[in-house]
Amino acid sequence: MTSRPGLPGYPAEDRPFTRAMRADGRPATIDDYIAAGGYEGLRRALDLEPGEITSMVTESGLRGRGGAGYSTGRKWSTMPLGPDAPRPKYIVCNADEMEPGSFKDRFLMERNPHLLLEGMLLAALATESDAGYIFLRQQYDGSAAALEQALAEARGRSYLGKDVLGSGFPFDIQLHESIGRYICGEASAMLNALESQRPNPRARPPHMTGAGLFSRPTVVNNVETYMAVPAILRHGPDWWKGLSVTDEGGTKVFGVAGRVAKPGCVELPMGVPMRELIEVHAGGLLPGYGLRAVCPGGASTAFVAPADLDVPLGFSTMGEARSRLGTGTLVLLDDQTCPVGMLVNMLQFFAQESCGWCTPCREGLQWMASLLEDLEYGRGEPGDIDVLAEGVWFMESDKCFCDLAPGAMQPLESALRLFPEDFARHVEEGGCSYRRRGSDAPAMRGTTW
Amino acid sequence: MSLSDDEIRQLDAILDHYPDRRAAAGTAMRLLQARRRWLSDEAMADLGEYLGLTVAELDGLATFGNMAFRKPVGRHVVLICDSFACWSLGYAELRAAVEAELGVGMGQTTPDGRFTLLPIVCLGACDRGPAMMVDDELHGPVAPDDVAGILEAYA
Ligand SMILES: Cc1cc2nc3c(=O)[nH]c(=O)nc-3n(C[C@H](O)[C@H](O)[C@H](O)COP(=O)(O)O)c2cc1C
Ligand code: SF4
Ligand code: FES
Repeated sequence: MTSRPGLPGYPAEDRPFTRAMRADGRPATIDDYIAAGGYEGLRRALDLEPGEITSMVTESGLRGRGGAGYSTGRKWSTMPLGPDAPRPKYIVCNADEMEPGSFKDRFLMERNPHLLLEGMLLAALATESDAGYIFLRQQYDGSAAALEQALAEARGRSYLGKDVLGSGFPFDIQLHESIGRYICGEASAMLNALESQRPNPRARPPHMTGAGLFSRPTVVNNVETYMAVPAILRHGPDWWKGLSVTDEGGTKVFGVAGRVAKPGCVELPMGVPMRELIEVHAGGLLPGYGLRAVCPGGASTAFVAPADLDVPLGFSTMGEARSRLGTGTLVLLDDQTCPVGMLVNMLQFFAQESCGWCTPCREGLQWMASLLEDLEYGRGEPGDIDVLAEGVWFMESDKCFCDLAPGAMQPLESALRLFPEDFARHVEEGGCSYRRRGSDAPAMRGTTW
Repeated sequence: MSLSDDEIRQLDAILDHYPDRRAAAGTAMRLLQARRRWLSDEAMADLGEYLGLTVAELDGLATFGNMAFRKPVGRHVVLICDSFACWSLGYAELRAAVEAELGVGMGQTTPDGRFTLLPIVCLGACDRGPAMMVDDELHGPVAPDDVAGILEAYA
């Protein structure tokens, strides 16, 4: 699969995220992009009223691709419009992508940067916003280079600047690189980070569309969310709805990582089953490996058992597999890798990345990570598994300030449910007997350089 | 103040990206670090003076982020992804190979000042795991036998 744009069997026109991508893997230039119909959505939108743009997005059924799946049109419709609205208003793109197991936004930005700029321009027109920021993950140097190039090209041809395409509408976008922590991807923490405040999450209300960046009305969306909008404007919401296998609408960039023949990203209709993604597009598991579970959309999504692989990948369908779509990039747990060891690694991540603001998360995640380490390294005791289950219940039940801690519980809850015999065996046998054991704790956990 | 004219010119240029000086702090630290490789106490004091912030405010940001270097680093920084996809695909073997090649462990700099080795969370390259970065370049999947050849290119 190796992250190639689209697939045979799906016509290029039906692949809005990838159709402008170059075969040689370099970023699509502005000419590549325009040749594939790029910036046509913008030209149409310049003749529409802001409310009409938002209505089209709402009708399309587009839901946020950053993980939570909130209706994009509904979010935009809460931005104050008209001459009395507070100014300036901001369009912020969440390009932090630090959750382990998420690997679609980097692929999209490196290969199709103008699509993001056009999507943000459309959001700005729909909400009468004045300026945009792309909040970019610090290690995404390839994305930064592609976006810098695209920004320069777009300014050069007046897609961005003081007078967008001679319409009298001014809009420009700045690239802002994160100082680097997972919590900066949480939308309200991101606004603090953009203001160079210490990036703890903010209390809500107020909602960001009322008082966000610099206390002004602000829309925050994920990279892929903005990238969906140009095709909706160009072809209409009905066309978008017709792309999916289920009734959710659109295509999506999915991915598969793990011991498969062809790992990578691919654009497919929303609603393809996980089985098709793994067996057809990723070429199936490598010889000698079996599948034990799938983490479907980043480390904060629950593992799915092989019995549920026919559940369609979608926001409204993944509940059938007791999980969430999340980012839609699958990481496989194979049968030679210890599930407890994988959970140790995941919980160490969440404990390390807790921003420390609220006690259950700051203390609880460390404690749960160390209980899991005890199990993995042969110090586990019979009651530990019950204590972990109780911890899951506690952290999930609305006692934390943001979604980091409940998210951290998703893989653990599902692992306790799917692999009880593995947990029990770690206690009985005094540690791990898998070939791939847990690695040792990260060397510099909780420290900065 | 030890900021050079050139540094001040570059810093001035980023100020218009933000509505106030304070908001430029994160980007200003990144910029200065890119030029000097790490942020000394003196650099932080100068930056504070330039932005109208206290060093404590700047350190509040620097110590929150995972890549503001407040200690010297080598000419090249090697980051090895230690998150769960790479972990399952050979992180331990990759890390051992890099440590053996460099003769230092995580968090250390080679005696010749050429490399600093640090851990990093998921690089968004899980489909290319086990992954690592050297400076601004992503490498993956990296087999233990590839390590010497990759590092050789960084003088
Ligand atoms: C700890 C944490 C990290 C997050 N990281 C990201 C991220 O890297 N990218 C992203 O788009 N959303 C991330 N989110 C979700 C955002 O808070 C927000 O819901 C999203 O950016 C909204 O965009 P959307 O509606 O287009 O999905 C994160 C949430 C939490 C709690
Ligand atoms: S849940 Fe964790 S990350 Fe979120 S505010 Fe509380 S301490 Fe910070
Ligand atoms: S887990 Fe290593 S790049 Fe994602």
